[in-house]
Amino acid sequence: MAAFLDATDPWIRWDWFWRHVPEFQLRLVEHIQLTVIAVVLGLLIAAPLGVVAARWRPLRDPLLAVGGVLYTVPSLAFFAFFIPFTGLSLATAEIPLVSYTLLILLRNIVVGLDGVPADVLDAARGMGYRPLAMLLRIELPLATPAILAGLRIATVTTIGLVTVTALIGQGGLGSLINTGLIEDFKTPLVVGTVLCVLLALGADLGLAGVERAITPWSRQRRT
Amino acid sequence: MGFAAAVFAWFASPAHWSGPGGVPIRLLEHVQISAVAMAVAIVVALPIGITLGHLHRFGNLAINVSNVGRAIPSFAILVIAFEIFGLGDIPAFAALTLLAIPPMLTNSYIGVRDVDPEVLDAARGMGMRERRMVFGIELPLAIPLIMAGIKTSAVQVIATATLAAIVAGGGLGRYILDGLGQRDDTQVFAGALLVAVLALAVELSLSGLEQILVPRGLREGSGNIPMEKIPMEPIRPQGMI
Repeated sequence: MAAFLDATDPWIRWDWFWRHVPEFQLRLVEHIQLTVIAVVLGLLIAAPLGVVAARWRPLRDPLLAVGGVLYTVPSLAFFAFFIPFTGLSLATAEIPLVSYTLLILLRNIVVGLDGVPADVLDAARGMGYRPLAMLLRIELPLATPAILAGLRIATVTTIGLVTVTALIGQGGLGSLINTGLIEDFKTPLVVGTVLCVLLALGADLGLAGVERAITPWSRQRRT
Repeated sequence: MGFAAAVFAWFASPAHWSGPGGVPIRLLEHVQISAVAMAVAIVVALPIGITLGHLHRFGNLAINVSNVGRAIPSFAILVIAFEIFGLGDIPAFAALTLLAIPPMLTNSYIGVRDVDPEVLDAARGMGMRERRMVFGIELPLAIPLIMAGIKTSAVQVIATATLAAIVAGGGLGRYILDGLGQRDDTQVFAGALLVAVLALAVELSLSGLEQILVPRGLREGSGNIPMEKIPMEPIRPQGMI
């Protein structure tokens, strides 16, 4: 780490910037990969777990309580817990990231399924829907807004957390920030931060667009 | 020696419990910087949030600024603060304070804004002045949401204070970062354990405080709200977009 601060170092040096565009691209792609793995795995685990938890009350509260406890563990500590076992590997980065997304998604899936009105379920049962068809064609569609809200939060949160994985050698935009810290050089820091914020806002906007497109019935209630 | 035994030995060693690098001092550093940052953030965020909520004005602006602020990773905020202030406690304190403000500002604004207008009408009809309405009605009714915001901020500040060891040098994060640097897995794990326990302890004690501060009429099981009717809120993006 630099022993002193270079006051003449500007916030951005364009000559350095243009020479390093390929590295920015690489870090951005790494960042997106780390995020997508975490969110997709989280969703794959949370979906069945959420359905079971919403159906079976005795499982629901303990599951959400364990989730709440894990969510409180600071990210650096969470990563650090796995270093003795999985080293500085992708697994060490992804286990905590998946856990964080899992919690957000699980809670929102449970709340979304809980929110399906009882008379709608009654009507469906009266029309002869079997449990599986009811889940797929009635309950999940009606729970979609809550689930997608969870997906948005999980994605934006993960994008922020992935910056920390640079400290355990997993690349991503955090390594640009880390370079800025170690070399006391502001340009990579600014580029890494700006790209990270843009990525988070872009992902949020994109998912909000998806939400709007696949739940047209909820549009009027907004605004 | 197994790993668990090594971690146990780390905690059993008297050398880790005394001197400037000992657990008590590191813990104190961690709690101290978090507490000071939280105190300053509370003094800034709550009056602004409550005032804007009472006026029903500029709330979206405040929420949007908060959200963009929240999209900046805390690691980046720390390093930016380091570039501005140099090494030491000041950049860590500045970054932690900045991070703590958005959740409390948003929650106090929404909490006060969403107080039932009929209740306020009744208060006005009883001849209450604006100031008494804020402190006597709006604030108590908004306490659950305000406390939730304080809890979110506090847990986040404790978490980020771990990372702050990068620029501040102190705090429990020191064990994790030193352990990483020295490839000392035992120290990394011991540090992680200490940080996790501290975060949980803070969360639990603030939940306890919440129980005490929430007015009796608003508590679960107070008789005013049937238990089954208390909805569990989904986690939602707050006003982003």
